[in-house]
Amino acid sequence: MTQSKLIKHENITRGKITIFLGYASGVGKTYAMFQKAKEQLVQGVDIVVAWPDTYEVAENANFLEDLPLIPPNRLEYEGEKHKEMDLTELLKRRPKLAIIDDLAHINAPGSCHLHRYQDIEEVLQAGISVYTTLNIQSVESLVDIVAQITGIEVTETVPDYLLENADQIKFIDLPPEELIDRLKKAEIPRSLQEKKALSKLGNINALRELAFRYTAQNVDKKLINYMKEHNIKGPWPVGDKIMACIGPSPFSAQVLRTARRMAAGLKAQLVVAYVETPYKYPAKESEQDQLSYNLRLAEELGAEIVHLAGNSVSDELIALAGRKNVTQIVIGKPLHSRFRDFWRESIVNDVIRGSHGISVHVIPGKPKKIKKAKQVHGSAKSQRDSIWPYVGTNLFIIAITIFNKLLEPAFDLTNIALLYLLPVLFSAVYWGQGPSIMASLVGVLAFDIFFVPPVLSITVADLRYLLSFAIFLLVALITSNMAIRLSNQANLARVREARTGALYALSRKIVAETDIEGVLNTAVNVVSETIGGKAIIYISNKDKLEIGTTTALPSGALLGVNERETADWVFKHGEAAGKGTGTFNKANASYLPLRSDEENLGVLGVQTETPKEYLSQEQRRLLEAFANLIAVAVIRLQLAEEAQKAQYLAKSEKLRTVLFNSISHEIRTPLASIIGAVSSLLEQGDVFSKKDEIALLRTVNESAHRMDRLVRNMFDMARLESGKLKLKLEWCDIQDIIGVALRRMKESTVYHKLRVKVNPNLPLVKADFALLEQVLINLIENAIKYTLSGNEILLEVVRQGNEVKWTVANQGEVIPDKEKEKIFNEFYRSYNPERKTEGTGLGLAICKGIIEAHGGRIWLENGPNQWNVFAFTLPLQDNPPNQILE
Amino acid sequence: MTNMVNNGGARILIIDDESQIRKMLKVALSAHGYEIKEASFGKDGIDKAALYHPDMVILDLGLPDITGFEVIKQLREWSQVPVIILSVKEQEEDKIKALDAGADDYITKPFGMGELLARIRVALRHAAKSEDEPIISIGELTVDLAHRIVTVEGNEVKLTPTEYEILKKLILHAGRVLTHQQLLLSIWGKKYQGENHYLRVYIGQLRRKIEPDPTQPIYIVTEPGVGYRLMGSE
Repeated sequence: MTQSKLIKHENITRGKITIFLGYASGVGKTYAMFQKAKEQLVQGVDIVVAWPDTYEVAENANFLEDLPLIPPNRLEYEGEKHKEMDLTELLKRRPKLAIIDDLAHINAPGSCHLHRYQDIEEVLQAGISVYTTLNIQSVESLVDIVAQITGIEVTETVPDYLLENADQIKFIDLPPEELIDRLKKAEIPRSLQEKKALSKLGNINALRELAFRYTAQNVDKKLINYMKEHNIKGPWPVGDKIMACIGPSPFSAQVLRTARRMAAGLKAQLVVAYVETPYKYPAKESEQDQLSYNLRLAEELGAEIVHLAGNSVSDELIALAGRKNVTQIVIGKPLHSRFRDFWRESIVNDVIRGSHGISVHVIPGKPKKIKKAKQVHGSAKSQRDSIWPYVGTNLFIIAITIFNKLLEPAFDLTNIALLYLLPVLFSAVYWGQGPSIMASLVGVLAFDIFFVPPVLSITVADLRYLLSFAIFLLVALITSNMAIRLSNQANLARVREARTGALYALSRKIVAETDIEGVLNTAVNVVSETIGGKAIIYISNKDKLEIGTTTALPSGALLGVNERETADWVFKHGEAAGKGTGTFNKANASYLPLRSDEENLGVLGVQTETPKEYLSQEQRRLLEAFANLIAVAVIRLQLAEEAQKAQYLAKSEKLRTVLFNSISHEIRTPLASIIGAVSSLLEQGDVFSKKDEIALLRTVNESAHRMDRLVRNMFDMARLESGKLKLKLEWCDIQDIIGVALRRMKESTVYHKLRVKVNPNLPLVKADFALLEQVLINLIENAIKYTLSGNEILLEVVRQGNEVKWTVANQGEVIPDKEKEKIFNEFYRSYNPERKTEGTGLGLAICKGIIEAHGGRIWLENGPNQWNVFAFTLPLQDNPPNQILE
Repeated sequence: MTNMVNNGGARILIIDDESQIRKMLKVALSAHGYEIKEASFGKDGIDKAALYHPDMVILDLGLPDITGFEVIKQLREWSQVPVIILSVKEQEEDKIKALDAGADDYITKPFGMGELLARIRVALRHAAKSEDEPIISIGELTVDLAHRIVTVEGNEVKLTPTEYEILKKLILHAGRVLTHQQLLLSIWGKKYQGENHYLRVYIGQLRRKIEPDPTQPIYIVTEPGVGYRLMGSE
């Protein structure tokens, strides 16, 4: 949870938070809070008790008087029953003011948020003001001090920024003597440890002073802010900036808290730096977990986190300090093994040496004691922790010794000594620092005992050998160090390369997808492969979240009610939640929002193979990058879809205008002749001879048929244009199609000689019978239109490889080459001012649409002797049904 | 063309919601000696069919209250009256459903009156005809059902058993459309429903044997998307 979250948000005015702060349980915080609440109630404020710390007491003893109470949310998790504040009910109820006891409470597993302060954050965001209580010992940056004073290891803590940003802090004090009195009467339930701690007057005084000081500091800060805001001049401290240096050590938490306290005291900004180097790459899983915990803590403490990579920790730190104008550096100095101590110390010394006017605070550590305070989930022992590398190293050295013994007669001592470097290098590369240091020591020892005279004795005859040993040891240490560095660098590079590779793979695959579903399916596949687990993507559909992937749907674990609830929360709030985060921590998967500029497009859910309590920085960055990529791809497709729609609209708009113009002419012509003929028959029936009458009626008949054709064409074109044309593919007999088409055109073909040449042994074709029939009719009609009566029209079908080629040829005016393509465009008509031909210019366009839908081609070619040949092909299927045996 | 007035006064019930069509049909059919009753709704049509016992029903598929398919289903529960369907091009599916449900024939709007009259005559004749006609002739095509002999222009044509069965089925319903479904069912049984390409192959073979020009058949005519029709004798 970052501070930025507090500052941003919506148009609802944020609720105000009042914290009743005490130095220990029993000073009367809750009582004071309820007194205040009752005052508010009397004044008519809409007030609700969302969580009194002791429900039973509150319910029975008329403690609440008239204060309305929201009953607790009873939840069951893994068989255990818990009672928690009913956040959903509270948000639904929407009072003006909510009373929520115990700010530092950690919610029971299965709740929405890990911490109560996160619940309260949501309540505040909903515009509800909150009264809550807090003990000073629960302030995150004071945890170490409290532990030092009282020996209490506090697990329920709240980040400092909550207090610093609180609208009001009411300090509730009680003289220590009275508190002890109360404690003796045992009014207040508390843990044994706490009881012990509070039984000493000294402890109580110390806590009280801590609380006083903390509150005073806060008040001071508020005053300064007030003065600043109102331009009141005063003695400002220069803008201090404190930098804390952390690493994958449990001790870093202590450094962080100290730095935080200093920053609060100096009203300074806090920067937290972590430097990743090839030597100090957190290789062990436990180290990685600790590092992510430390970085999270830094985030919670409201620090700016800077993640650096470089060769030297101290150089990077000093450079960063320079860049950020840091005035004070806080760095830890833990008590480790001698070697590492020497190592650490060198960093500290280097930083001090390079600090140039920046104060450096070195914090001596007591790692063991602090470490258990917030145990990071235990992880499997890595190979490097086990005893086997040491055993292996020793075995290797024994083998080398035996080998050397065999060679001793032939080799001199220098060669033998050199061979002892082998186990050092080997163990450095494969097993790390410990075994390699041991290898150098044991190697020297073995060399001394077995080869340097006097043999089988640790003493040496020639003192010059001592120098040789020293040099050997030095060489061994340096080479082992180099080898470790190289192998770490390789590891680091591999991890980075894997990440870049995964991102590259995803972006490349996503780009190839043309629809959203494809993108989501690909993304789910790539993400689950990379993470080594399962993934799911929800996508928003009209503000409702839907599972966006249809294939590769993960089973069970990602589809529970809990999971869905988490995903919905993420979608609503636009922040990550689920496993590895502070919200819905008990979900099986981690959920990240797919965000574009302003809206949430959906949610990416990922379940890793071995889920951890906290996601590592590395994982989080990778997932965020994935989520960004997916969001970009989805947005891209959505935009493309919209653009296509717009284009289609524009096209159909144009189509409509052209259609309108063309149709109005095309319809009016036959209508005019029908109305003309029919009205003359009706009105002056008796003046016509029988022959005239028949001629008029024939006109009516022809015109009506023409209109029928027109309507049919328009209907077909509309179907083709809208993309709604669905082919009803079936096996068709080519002769049959021709037969039906010719029968339908019996009347229009009488004036021309129509010849049909079809090979009777053509296989069946898979096609839409009615549509092909339409193509033939349109082509023949077209031929008739442009052929003088009495001339020949030739219909021919031949097989060409794995295609069937159909041609409709007529003798007529040859169409110029440049028009040959255009002739298949809709509304195109061969322009010939002298000879007006009827038609909408739709027929050939329909043919083209139908043939292309069948996977064929249509074109116009020149035949011999001024023939126009309209040709189209249909692909043949591999195995058409043929003769069936009886 | 048969005598204009002498149609034995067969009663025809027209079920169509469009008054223009009803009016046109009434004038034209009355002129040919038929007695016309009209209904504009499906349910009304069924009632009138029960009341008047028409010899034939002309049924529009696009009725406002119930589907034409529904009308046929209800009619067929108690009556074998011949039914001719009026449909438009877009009602392909409905048309086939109606035919399979027991309608006798169909005609697509817009249609010529001659065509409709021919369909009506065929349907009425089938309803009246006795089953034991051993020899059926259409044009130059003759089928001797008793001896399973098929001749074209006097020459005997050798047909395979399946080809003969198809031809027999078609000629027994000469002039009427038979859907793919109906043909497949009667010749191969239930197992081959939907295997329309069987029919295509056999009809192709059959045409090569009996048609003078298989590309422009005069006997077995394809009704695209619906089935086949053996053209009547007129």
